[in-house]
Amino acid sequence: MASQAARKMDSGFAAWLRRDLLLAYRRSGEVASPVIFFIMVSTLIPLGLTPEAAQLEKVAAGMIWVMALLATLLSMDGLFTSDYQDGSLEQMLITPQLLPLPLLGKIAAHWLTTGLPLTLVSPLLGLMMSLPSVGYLPLVCSLALGTACLSLVGAVGAALTVSLRKGGLLLSLLVMPLYMPVIIFGTATVSYAVDGLNWLPPLAILGAMFAASVALCPLAAAGALRVTASN
Amino acid sequence: MSWLSDKFSNILSGESSKESPSWQWFYRLGSPRWFYQRSGQWLPWLSLAALLVLAIGLVWGLAFAPEDAKQGNSFRIIYIHVPAAFLAQSGYFIMAIAGAIGLIWKMKISYMVMKAAAPIGAVLTFIALFTGAVWGKPTWGAYWVWDARITSMLILLFLYAGVMALQYAYHSVDAASKASAILALVGTVNIPIINKSVDWWYTLHQPATIKLTSAPSMHMDMFMPLLVMIVGFYLFYAVALILHTRNEILRRERKTSWVRELVTAKAGG
Repeated sequence: MASQAARKMDSGFAAWLRRDLLLAYRRSGEVASPVIFFIMVSTLIPLGLTPEAAQLEKVAAGMIWVMALLATLLSMDGLFTSDYQDGSLEQMLITPQLLPLPLLGKIAAHWLTTGLPLTLVSPLLGLMMSLPSVGYLPLVCSLALGTACLSLVGAVGAALTVSLRKGGLLLSLLVMPLYMPVIIFGTATVSYAVDGLNWLPPLAILGAMFAASVALCPLAAAGALRVTASN
Repeated sequence: MSWLSDKFSNILSGESSKESPSWQWFYRLGSPRWFYQRSGQWLPWLSLAALLVLAIGLVWGLAFAPEDAKQGNSFRIIYIHVPAAFLAQSGYFIMAIAGAIGLIWKMKISYMVMKAAAPIGAVLTFIALFTGAVWGKPTWGAYWVWDARITSMLILLFLYAGVMALQYAYHSVDAASKASAILALVGTVNIPIINKSVDWWYTLHQPATIKLTSAPSMHMDMFMPLLVMIVGFYLFYAVALILHTRNEILRRERKTSWVRELVTAKAGG
């Protein structure tokens, strides 16, 4: 009985998480593209900027973070579009469950398929960009927390633009200013570590941003979807 | 406290407590027609006050305030720069609060105020950035420095741009209002974070930017006209906001009979 009640309780979250992960698994080609984008653009930097290790070292952390941001932004556009087009988003809106929970499930699935792979690939890029070895752990930690923030905040933007025909460009315009604090503290975490300072304070601020985003972004996204998806 | 919770539950349940006169102004304020007529009475006085205070502040600041020991006369741009930067930030909160009132109490007029506040705030932010650049050249030797405060103002400009872009993206007025209100509210969370980043980010690059908290370090003869200018900018902001809102009222209510009567009366008389 208890387990049944528990299943009912979290069916919104778990069901949409499972569904979106399954969809991602069946379209694994699409899922790989943010990571491939991430790696390809990072290859452009030594080609365009400088191949010298001493100079790359200085820009490594910031560049990896900017790439991660752009890769997330690219994948953000598709978060609700297919659901909006095939009508399952409306089904979600009319179910009696609380909307933020299923949305959190969708966002979690998005992070697991974009943010997490980016985080896992980042040490490799750090190696290629000759990031000092003290920077690896801060890079991975900050990206893990930071990309989760990016997914959560981006979901609000995606919800605001879902019904617009050319929402993708507008989405990046709306969401980019909101991403800036994340990138500030994300790069600060890595550069503090490289400079030999204590890198936990900026990471803690990223953690606080993550906590606030988990609490607020699903609510804002739910409100936005109710406005825009019914339009 | 019980009267307060009574009011609150009335609001939450959507019952207008018309029997209590103390709240009537609040409901009347929600009527675009009432606002249009009433603001028409305020406008001449408010404009006159804004003009007067701005004139006093400008003449005082530009002509009578003492010359700065290090910067000479170039410091005088402060009398435009600081009030503009001030209003650019308060303007964002005014916009976000108007949006929140619209979402919570479903007041038509507050959505109109919100829409009107966006371009005014964006222009003020631009003025602050522009005068900052003009000021930066003689004092820092560069038009642009990636200082935390300057960058945060640029982000503020982007936030305004986002709200404005969303306003124009929707065909339905209702959806545009609600969507941009949500965006404005989400952006509010961003502003304190950006301001806090001054302490952590690029601390090496922290040339003194004038804050009001450090006002006592400024000479009183310089500070007083600045204060007058800030008050003048607030008054000017109120005038600009009311004018934009009135414009928006006429546009959105153009199909109602009172607007038609107003327009035909103006055209006829």
